[in-house]
This record gives sequence, structure tokens and C-alpha cells, in this order.
Amino acid sequence: MTWLKDKISSPSKLNKSSQFDWDWVLVWVLRIMAAITGAIVLLIVIFLILESLPFLQVKGIGPFFTDQRWNPTEGLYNFTPMLWGTLLATMGSVVVATPLGIISALFCQYYAPVAIGNLYRRLIELLAGIPSVVYGFWGLVVLVPLINRLHPPGASLLAGIIILTIMILPTIALVADASFGKVPQEYLLGATSLGLSKWGTICNVVFPAAKSGLFTGVILTVGRAIGETMAVLMVCGNVVETPSSIFDPIRTLTANIALEMAYALGNHRSALFVSGLALMAIIVLLAVAAEVITVTSSPVTKNS
Amino acid sequence: MTVTNLDNLQATTQESVLMRTEQLSLSYGKKIAFEDVSIAINQSKITALVGPSGCGKSSFLSCLNRLTDLIDNCRVTGRIFLEKWDVMNRQIDTIALRRRVGHIFQKPNPFPLDLWKNFAFPLKEHGVKNRQEIDLIVERVLKDVGLWHEVKDRLKDSALALSGGQQQRLCIARALALEPEVLLMDEPCSALDPISSGVVEDLIASLRQKYAVLVVTHNLAQAKRIADYVGVFWVRDNRGKLIEFGEAKQVFESPQHDLTAAYISGHRG
Amino acid sequence: MKQEIIKSPISTILVWLVAVLVTGTFAWILGDIIFHGVGGISWEFLTTAPEDAGRSGGIGPILVSTGLILAVAMGVSVPLGVGTAILLAEFTSATNWFGRFVRRSLDILAGVPSIVFGLFGNAFFAKTLGLGFSILSGGLTLACMVLPILIRSAEEGLRGVPDELRLGAAALGLSRTATLFHLLLPAAIPGLLVGLVLGIGRAIAETAALVFTSGYVARMPQSLLDSGRSLSIHIFDLSMNISGGDTNAYGSALVLVILFLMINATAAWLAHQSSSKYNDSYQFR
Repeated sequence: MTWLKDKISSPSKLNKSSQFDWDWVLVWVLRIMAAITGAIVLLIVIFLILESLPFLQVKGIGPFFTDQRWNPTEGLYNFTPMLWGTLLATMGSVVVATPLGIISALFCQYYAPVAIGNLYRRLIELLAGIPSVVYGFWGLVVLVPLINRLHPPGASLLAGIIILTIMILPTIALVADASFGKVPQEYLLGATSLGLSKWGTICNVVFPAAKSGLFTGVILTVGRAIGETMAVLMVCGNVVETPSSIFDPIRTLTANIALEMAYALGNHRSALFVSGLALMAIIVLLAVAAEVITVTSSPVTKNS
Repeated sequence: MTVTNLDNLQATTQESVLMRTEQLSLSYGKKIAFEDVSIAINQSKITALVGPSGCGKSSFLSCLNRLTDLIDNCRVTGRIFLEKWDVMNRQIDTIALRRRVGHIFQKPNPFPLDLWKNFAFPLKEHGVKNRQEIDLIVERVLKDVGLWHEVKDRLKDSALALSGGQQQRLCIARALALEPEVLLMDEPCSALDPISSGVVEDLIASLRQKYAVLVVTHNLAQAKRIADYVGVFWVRDNRGKLIEFGEAKQVFESPQHDLTAAYISGHRG
Repeated sequence: MKQEIIKSPISTILVWLVAVLVTGTFAWILGDIIFHGVGGISWEFLTTAPEDAGRSGGIGPILVSTGLILAVAMGVSVPLGVGTAILLAEFTSATNWFGRFVRRSLDILAGVPSIVFGLFGNAFFAKTLGLGFSILSGGLTLACMVLPILIRSAEEGLRGVPDELRLGAAALGLSRTATLFHLLLPAAIPGLLVGLVLGIGRAIAETAALVFTSGYVARMPQSLLDSGRSLSIHIFDLSMNISGGDTNAYGSALVLVILFLMINATAAWLAHQSSSKYNDSYQFR
């Protein structure tokens, strides 16, 4: 329920000339606050562009792909190894975390006794918020030495994938849990009364009904994995090279910004902002994709 | 009797008409809730609107004090007058309007405050700041609704602790505290148990002396017991219409419209 | 139960295995941090300044800086967030262009990577507004970051207030301002508090956005314009840049985890309070 401005006539000035119109003041104060809030995203984009322009105006986008390597002190700005790093780490972790997260949600909804399911859900919620630096620290002191014994150097794409998997699993599990929760109870009863097994019900009834929610969840997760910085930085070794095996160290775009921003000047700083702008663009695209999926594939949300 | 033709009705009751509507229609988006409703609400009389559910009676009430302003996507056309005052005019002071036209809802809706504050908060907002004055008003209106002896020792308790019937009488008292001229009541008894319902019904009947009351009800027997005038709503072409309006006695004893006759005798609705 | 497992098909066993695996991994992580960190925590550790680049000494100034950054972040974002939430929930219809614009921006804001917030904070607060590497820069950057969380919970809190109250108040001729301050906000307070606590949880967990806004300086801050090192940055710095810093890093990580768990417990308790409020006592709904 809302108070609509065009329908409500503010208390008439004629009748109460003495009384100050607080409603009018309130609405305008709130509007200004909301305008500030809404402007933050624009402000972020504007500043990313402003800081990126010096580089883009002079050199364009070409050097990011055609320079020999990444070495800003020599004026070389090839992003390709970092792009590969981000892409491989993200894909690897999403591929592993998606089934694990969805199965976790199935566990909460259909397999665990209610009490255990709720406890497990609470645990996942908690894990979704644990500071990334804590995961990174654990990865650095526990995981990397373990991988090192398997195959030196330890700080590697594999370590990054494992840490990212642990970090994004809760996100996907929670979204999946929420979309399973929305599957109408009658569907399940119907399937059970037809004598379908639990797993058969899940494959034939639950998944199709929850499809769009699951897609949205995966997309959100991709965004989270791409944007994750500190934990990845702490376990991946940060060598600027396109990895040839899963045990090679990598550097992601985000880690690159965090590592070099402190001392970057001039074109170097500007180049880092270009990579930030690219990240932002990817996030916006993912948000749009999630929106499109939600709108097109679930007529229920549209009608209600 | 054709509904849109108000002239003959007004001729008989003109001196006491307090509020009237002319061809009032309301739609939510493309769906028309009711159409072309013209009625008159008389001073010191109870006017009842009856009819099956979903024919726009409650929406009609909300137009009269412009509560429809709060609802998204809803459009009202036609005219409403409170005495000579054009209620549909955008420039009018809705706050003053709603003070003159009180509204009681189907479900009692006391504020989640203590009993006393349920009165003090609206009174203060309308300029009654003096504590003694508020106390006097609270006592008077609670006595008017017969609640005073039940609650006078627990005015500091939460209003939500009262029973449903008590809550509804509290809401009526709260509306009375602002000294309205018209009281709109939207099925005020239907959410209550039979005993509370009887108490509230007696209360409504007694309000006739001081106020113009417009009550929406499903309960034909109730309308028969308390109403001076009756309007019958019906759904036709998927929208609400007022099919009959007149003195209660006439509507109940010699209805003009076949549907009214069927409805009153219990064959339809 | 036992019988069921024996009868269960492979899929059931698989699902339980995954649940055990996930629980086990997280128990491992938390167990490792508690096991190695608990010895390092003492009153002295919490109150004294770090020495020898953090290898010895405590985290006193770092806790102060963290507190100040949080205070700035919440002090700015709470009024802004609550105001926006009120406008969106109470004064804007679903089809209004301005409301849709603000909502869409917030959806995007919620997904922006923290490192991008860091870049923005550095360019806007530190450089353009001239605040430099300071607690103020860091706090303001975090304020932008937690706004979507705050607004979402505050909006939910307001939407949880039954419409009957709004109609009832309007029918009594009460102004919007009076209805808001006397009825709606008091009823929505638990929801607002949940948002506040979740926001603090998000802010305290943040590292990447602070690295080049609030900076690295581990001294006791003298003013909001001083650089101040947050707890998360301290953990990062000790483990990555200081050899021999692991012991204190474990201690700091445990402190961070405990703070985080306390914040979450508070949020859960508040959410429970707000959900039971109307169900128990209100006649309708």
C-alpha cells in the first residue's frame, strides 16, 4: 500500500495556512535520500570511466590483448593471462560448487529430518557471511601446504578453485533452497501418489519447477566468484602467466588490482581502473541475464 | 426505479441529505468494481448497503472518505458531495474530510499501542493537546460505546489484548472521538462472534441519534432490524451496480426489482 | 532411520555424503582457526599495540580502527538506507519510474565486487574529495557497500506492518508523517535492527574495499582523517607479508570469527522477535 502523490492532495493551504505541511517536507527529504542512494551506482561507473579514460584515450583497448606481457613499468599491459586466471578459477569453482550447492539444498528440503535440515540451513547461512579473509587465511596455512605435498608449488589454480568453491557454495545452496521451497506442495504430493521415487520426483517434478531459480542462482554465483578478491589472492600464487596445468599459479583480475593499486601511477593506475570497469560491466551483464531469466521463464512472478 | 435518477428520491428527503454521490464509478486497472452508483445519506438515519460479496460495496465506502487515494491502480469517477463540499476535488483537505467522515473496518484495527494512546495519538494530531481534555473525551466516547466499565482500569494495557468485540467497539469509539458527522461501517459485525456482534449492532442502532450512518452488511436480517434506508448492490456484466435504493420498509416489503425480491426472499445471492 | 538408509538408493546416500562433506569442511576450517587461535587471545592481546610489524604485541589500535570504520559506515548508511526504504515501501508504487530506477540501482550495487568499491572509494573519497587514506574514506566506501542489505531488510520490516494500520490511520485523518513516526516505524523496528546487524556483519568481513581506502597504518588513530587498519586487513597483512606472523594472524582471525558469530546470533534473535510479534498478538493477519 502506498500513498501516491498524484492521487493525494496535500492538505490544502487554504484551510490551514498556519500549519506547516510536514508531509510535503517528509516526502522530499525521503526523495533526496533515495536519489543519493540510486546515484551511487552511477557515481561508481562515472568514476571508473573517468579514471580509465587517460589510458583508453591514448592507447585504446588493443594493448590489453596485443602487448607481449603484463609489465606496467615497461609500459606493457597484456591482460590475457589474468583474464584466463579469472575465467578458469570462476568456471572451475562454479562447475564444482553448483552440484554440491544444489544437493545441499535438496538435503535441506527433502532428505534431512526437519530439525537437521534447519540446522544445516542455518550453518550454510552462517558460512555465506564468513569473512573472505578467514577463508583465504585457512587456504594459505592449511590448503596450500597440502597441495604443495601433492604437487609443488601449492599456491595454484587448484587452490583457488577449492577456496572459491567453499565460498560460493553457500550462495548457490541458499538460492536453490529458496527456489525448491517455492515448488508447490501439490506437485510433490501428486508425484508421490503416482508412486514416483524420491529421486524420480526430484528429477521430474522439482528440477523443472525450480529451473529458473536455479539458473538465477548460478548466475549470481558466477558474479560472486568473478568478484572475489582477497581469498583468491592469498592462495593462487599471483604469477602473471597463463596456466598450463591445474597446479600452476595464476593471478586473477581482482587480485591484480589489489596487489598493484597501492603503488600504481599514471597509465598503470588507469589500466587497473579499466580492469575494474570491465568487472563492473560483467556484473551488470550478469544482473541483466538473471533478470531476463526470471522474467521470461516464470510466468507466475509476472502475473502476481 | 431507475438508479441513476435521483430526483424523486431527493425530493422526499432533501432537507436531511448530508452526503450524496452522483454516478460514482470505480475501477482497478481495467476491472470495473462498480459503476454509476448514486445514493444519498441522510442525517440521523442509518443507510444500509446489502448485496452479495464482490459487488463493490466496500470499495464504495472507501471512495466516500477518499481512502481510495491509498490504493494503487484505482480510479474513481463521478461526484461526491458532503453538504455543499465537493469531495472529489483534488484540492480539498483530505485530513479534514476524514475527520468529518469516520470509517470502521470489517476487521477491528486498533493501533498496537495502549488503549489511552489509541485515542490520544489521533486527538493530538488533530490539535487536542490538553491531557485533561483528552481524558474527558476518552471517558465520554468509551461510555457511548459501552466499553467504559469494562476497560476503565486498564487504559494503559495494549489495545490488542482486548477481545474482538471490544476491539471493534474501541475502533468505533476512536472514530467518535474525532466528532465525525458521517460514519462509514464496512461489515462491522462480520468478523465477530454472535454475542459481540449483537452488542455492536445495538451500538450502531443507538448511533443513529447523532450521526449519519452508512453500513455495509451481508446480513439481511441485520439490515432489516436497523436500517432506515437500504441500497441493494448486484453484480451485472461482471461489475457492481446499485439496483435498488429506497426506504427500508419499501425495499423489503415491496421491492421494485425482481433481483431484489429474489435476494430478499433468499432465492438469490 | 537405519532401515531407511539401508533401503535407500544410491542417490540418497550421495546426498547425505555431500551434506557430511560440506559440514566436515566447514568444521575443519572453523576448528583449525579455533584450535590455533585460542591460545593467542588474552586481554593483553586485545588491548595492546602490535609490535615488530605485528609478529608480537596485540591488536588494540586495530580494534579501535575497525570500530571507527564501522561507526562511520553505519552512521552514514543507516539514515540514508532507512530513508530510502521508507520511500520505496510507503511512498512509491510498483510502476513508478523513480522507484524502479532506485531498485534497479540497488540490485546492481548488491552485486558489485568489493574490489570495485575499493577502486571507487580510492578515486572518489580519497582522491576527489581529498580525504586521503583515512578511516573516513574507508567508512564511506563501506557505507555504499552495505546500503543494499540495509534497505532490503528495512523494506521487509515495513512491508511486514499490516495494511490495516495504514488504512485505519488514514481513515482517522492522520497525516503521513504522524502515521510513519508513531505507528509504522515503531512496528518495523525489529526489521530495521536485523538490517543494521547484517550490515555490520558485511562491513566487518570486508577487506578488499579497504586496502586502498582506509589503508594499512597500524597505529592508534587520532582522528577520522587518520589511516586505520581494520582487523581483516591485519589478518591479510600478517599472513601474506610478514613471515612469522601466523600466530597473531590466527588470534586475529579467531577474534574476527567470534565477532562475526556474535553479530549473526544477534541478527537471528532479532529476526525471531520481529516474526513472532504480529502472529502472537494481532487479531488480523
